Order: sequence, then C-alpha cells, then structure tokens
Amino acid sequence: MGFRLSKTILKEIHYQMASSRLLDERLIQIFKKRGGYFWVGAPGEEAFGVPLGKLVKKGQGLEYDWLHLHYRCTGTLLAMGLKTKDALRQMMSRKTDPFTGGRNFIHHYVIPEWNISPISSVIEIQHNIALGTAHAQKNTKGISIVTGGDAGTALADFATSLIWSSKPSKPLPLLIIVLNNKFGISTSFDGQHSEKHITDRGKAFGIKTYNVNGNDVEESYYTLQESIEYVRKNRKPALLEAEVSRMYGHSSSSGANYDESQVCPLKTFEQQLIKEKILTQKEIEKIHQDIFEQLKKEELEVSGESEPDESIWSHIYANNEESNWRNF
Amino acid sequence: MANMAQAIRMALHHGEKHQNLQNIFGEDVGPPLGGVFTVTQGLKTAWNTPLDERGIIGTAIGLSLTGSRCVAEVQFSDYIFNSIDLIKQAGMMCWLSQGRYTLPMVLMTPVGGGVHGSIYHSHSFDSWATRFPGWKVVMPSTPLKAYGLMISAISDPNPVLYLIPKALLRQKGEEKIPGEPQDEGELKSMIDAPLQNRENWKPKWPDLQEYKIEIGKAQVVEAGSDLTLVSYGRTLHLCREVTKKLKKENISIELIDMLSLYPYDWALIKKSIQKTKKIVFVNEDTEVTNFGEHLAYRTSKECFYDLFAPPKVIAGKNIPGVGLHPHFEENTLPSFKRIEEEVRQLLQAQP
Ligand SMILES: Cc1ncc(C[n+]2csc(CCOP(=O)(O)OP(=O)(O)O)c2C)c(N)n1
Ligand SMILES: [Mg+2]
Repeated sequence: MGFRLSKTILKEIHYQMASSRLLDERLIQIFKKRGGYFWVGAPGEEAFGVPLGKLVKKGQGLEYDWLHLHYRCTGTLLAMGLKTKDALRQMMSRKTDPFTGGRNFIHHYVIPEWNISPISSVIEIQHNIALGTAHAQKNTKGISIVTGGDAGTALADFATSLIWSSKPSKPLPLLIIVLNNKFGISTSFDGQHSEKHITDRGKAFGIKTYNVNGNDVEESYYTLQESIEYVRKNRKPALLEAEVSRMYGHSSSSGANYDESQVCPLKTFEQQLIKEKILTQKEIEKIHQDIFEQLKKEELEVSGESEPDESIWSHIYANNEESNWRNF
Repeated sequence: MANMAQAIRMALHHGEKHQNLQNIFGEDVGPPLGGVFTVTQGLKTAWNTPLDERGIIGTAIGLSLTGSRCVAEVQFSDYIFNSIDLIKQAGMMCWLSQGRYTLPMVLMTPVGGGVHGSIYHSHSFDSWATRFPGWKVVMPSTPLKAYGLMISAISDPNPVLYLIPKALLRQKGEEKIPGEPQDEGELKSMIDAPLQNRENWKPKWPDLQEYKIEIGKAQVVEAGSDLTLVSYGRTLHLCREVTKKLKKENISIELIDMLSLYPYDWALIKKSIQKTKKIVFVNEDTEVTNFGEHLAYRTSKECFYDLFAPPKVIAGKNIPGVGLHPHFEENTLPSFKRIEEEVRQLLQAQP
C-alpha cells in the first residue's frame, strides 16, 4: 500500500512508539518488583499518541496549544520531548520527579513550559478545565486539546465539553479526542452504550467529527493533522474518536499482563516498515535493544536518587504562604 | 449607602478596571439579568454560561491556569455539591505542581438561610468550604467588608471561595464604599439596571477607590471583657443584636467578625479568649463536624487553662435541610433567642 509520510518522519514515529512501549514495559517491571506503587499507561495507543505529540504546537502561553490529557499519554509526551528518565523518576516517586515531586502516579504530568495541564486521576474532569484554556485562546492561534477514554464519556463532563465548545455565541477552539479501547477497566463499552459511535453525540451539536483507526499510524497522523488545522483555522470545536488497543489491561491493579487478543499497533507498524523497506528486522531489533539498554541504565541511576523530603505543607499556596493552621 | 449586592458589583467593576479581571461568568450572570441577585449587573466582562456548575468551575480553573483572572459564580451554594471534585482539584493545582501553576480565581456563591428559601436555597457551605486545602475562604457581613474582601480576593494568586450571605444582599451598610456618591438614590440611578428597556442601558460607575481587607484577618466589631462571640456572615448580625441587648445590662461582650474562614485569624481569637475566658462560636452550617468545632477544639487544646467553661458552638441542627415554614427555620438555624440563651448560660460559669 505504500506510505505517504516521509521516511524520516516514519522513522521518528517508529522510534517514539518503540520508546513509549518499552518505557511502559519497563514501568510495569518496576511495579512488579515493587520499585513503584502503581502503573497505568499507554501500550496499545502508540500509533495515535505519538502523532498527536508530533502535531501539537508545543510551547508556553496562549499562542501555543494547551493539552488536557488523561493517563494514557506516554507516546504523546515522548513525541513532545519528554525524557524517559523523568518518567522513571515519577514512577519511582523520587524527589527528582520534575512534575509532582513524588506526589502523584506515573504519567500524571504537570508541565507548564509545554502547556500541559496537571493530569488528574479523576476521569473526565479535564473536559471542564479545557473549556477555560480554550476560552482564553479565542483570539489567538493556539487551540486546546482534550483526551479521554470511552467509558468516561458517560460522565456529564463529556456533554459539558460538547455543549460549551459549540455554544453559538462563543464557540471554542477545542479538539475533543476520545481514545476508544472498548473498555472501562472490566466493563465493556458495548454493554453500556447504545450509540454506534461516540462521535454521533457531537453531530447533534453540529460539531465536526472524525473517526479513525487509532492503530494505524498514517490514518491517525493525517486525521489529527486535519482536525487540528480545522480547529485552529475555524476557532470551532471538533470531536475525534480513535479506536485503540489496550495491550496490558487497564493498569497494574488488573495485573498488567500482555493481552494476546489485542491488535498490537507497534508490531503492525513494524511489519509495514519492513515491507516498505524503511527499516529492516535487524534495525528494528537494534532500536529496541538500544532503548532497552538506555532505560535499564536510567532506572539504575534513578533508583539511586533521593526520596522526597520536603515539607508536606510546601506549595499549598502560591509563594509558599503559610497554610498550616497550627501556625496561624 | 450601598447594599451588599451593589458593593460586590462595584468591587467587580474595580477588578475589571484596575485589577485585570477578565471574565465574570455563571448562570444568568451576564445581560440581561446581571445575576439573580443583581450582583453582576452592567459589568463589562460578565457573560452567561449554560446551566452547568461543573462547566463553570472547570472554565474558571482553565482560565486561571493560563494566568487570566476571573470571578465565577455558582448561583446558589445549594447547587455546588455536584462540583466538589472540581473544587478539590482547583485546591491542589499549586501544591501538585510544586508551585508552578497557581490559580488566581474567585468562586462566589450565595449561602445560608434567612430568606424563606426552603430546603434548596438555604443550605450553608462554610464548613464544607473549609475542607478544601489550597483554597482561601471568606465571607463578608457588611457592604464595605464585601467590597474590601472582593478586591483582595481578585488580587490573590490563590483560588478564593467568596461566600455571600444571601440574606444580607439587600442590607445597606453603615459605612460608605470609598468613591460611593453621597446620595443613595444617585448610586441607584448610576449602577442599578432599569426594570424596563435594558438593552441600551449602561451603568455610570462612580470613581471607586481601592480598599482591601486582608484575607486571613478578623475584626473586633465590639470590644468587651465578659465573653467572646465569634461569628461571620448573617449570624454575625444576630450576635451583634445580642451584644447590644446585653450591653444595656452592663454585660460586655467582645464580638469578632472572622471574615476569613481559611486561613483564619487565630491570634486575634486567642487573645480575646485569654481576656474574656469564655467563648461561643456561632455559624449556621450543620453542627456535626462543623467548622466551629475545629475552633472549639483548638480553644480547648491551646487555651484550656484560660477558660472558665468549655467553649460552645452554636450551629445549624444536623438535619437534611432547612424546612420552609418559619417553624422549621427558627428551630434549625441559630436564632437571636438561642444565642442569647446560650450566652447567658455561659456567662454564669465560674472559674
Ligand atoms: C470519576 C472517576 N470515577 C471512577 C474512577 C476509577 N477509574 C479509573 S480508570 C476507570 C475506567 C476509565 O475508562 P475509560 O474512560 O474508557 O478510559 P481507559 O482507562 O479505558 O483508557 C475508572 C472507572 C476514576 N478514576 N474517576
Ligand atoms: Mg476505555
């Protein structure tokens, strides 16, 4: 079938997808040997997550894109330039975790320099918060992007994002992305939802919608590119639903074991790359091996880093104003 | 004199003009109504949202993440309960991000009873509000204090919950707002929207001056030596009536208006306890795990040997809501009579 993307971009995407997968697999291993308390991540969402990270306008301030992501954002962040070592620091709750200083779970990033809104465990809450950044961006070239899962769309917050962003008097430059892996933990989407596509809900509001096979790199890349441009240019919302896989179950609480029944987007992509002679099997193995070695080395270094020791009362208020009632 | 609704409106205008306040929003907050209590009439940056408290609070968080100052309103605190997780979230952004994201937002909402508001429209939120670390919580009791607290809240880099005692919104003050015209009728004609033909109406704002009440500071409303009464919002006025009545009998009550529920002015309260040896905390939220209990606990812990009697908390009864008929409200919320009785009883205490 042949690729449309350039060889360079394909190789970059492949490298970041492999990094994302190997990082998550390393994080799972760390959890399993009790080097971290919990794991959740994005194995199975790399073919969509990496292109997203490559296509956002990265930076700080209203002219750049704001991202309100959920916890399956490994590929997106790596494509934006996240250092795997920093993810390891968060996984192992080190003082050096640059995002939350050991306060929060893995992949719960906070990066003001890239407009990454604090990632929360509360499902779908980001759909409300994204309205505010999108509102602030109305007269700029920046847009806001919000991602979430399929089960989360049952919450009122999803409807909120559709209604508010498509308000006739004030439409918002907001791209709403649903990563549909057909599950909320153990509950299947089909047993709870009668809508054929989640995007059908957007149609009721006149929102431009897109459906994509999120396991296909190019389809994801070009659809994301088109939808991001649509929102950027028209200053109006769009709703995109991507069907994705879930290669290691929900999280460490469900065992985090490889699920053979799922289509692996990384393997699929690698087979295509070999077929199209972009990379050889050997080269791919070498890439995996190099990433693996690097992660191993980084894990060892991070495990030697110190644990949080700052006061639990730090940063509750801006400028570290006193917040401990015992001292009022 | 301005009433509290006008005072808050003027503070919001001050915010727009001098404090870079960029968005004021909520249900019916923008034109034509300008808020169900008229608090946001005529304001340049006020706009209407869908009927959706979660969307309102989320939008406020998002706007303030970008550094944009805003004041969001939840029309009645009775309808804020569906958004508790978002409030919680707002309170943790600074802490979670190690101080790199701060939220300069104000969330205002009318609270409490006193207006025959039935079950919904009478709930309190003050005790709940003190359980959101990362927030500052304030509640004014007079128009001038409402003005000063709002100006401080707008310029605070942290999220501030601004609780409005709804029963006091139409009450006029005894002190003038700095910049307010001499004549009350003149103020009304300048800033109150006409009932008819509003479309082209524009307010004429007085030349308002900055006036701040520092968040975290309480005020002694009446100095006294026999007993300390600590309250805020609507119940402060009941306490003031009791204080006045007892004064005629030569009983000297020290009345403190907390103004800030969190952070709170413990130093001022403690000093007063050490002077009067007797203390009553009064508020109208439900009595079990009431904020006043925290203050009473702290009193026992730190001032045990100063006290002539255990501290008292007078609060709303622990029932699901305030019933509509006055029979229910009078027996549920602290009343003048109940406060007077409890105060008289405590005054009997001997060391
Ligand atoms: C509001 C809320 N309810 C429940 C949970 C517990 N929980 C965590 S993940 C999850 C399932 C989410 O499913 P989905 O939205 O499809 O996202 P996925 O994990 O499949 O990517 C649940 C119920 C939560 N975190 N937040
Ligand atoms: Mg799912």
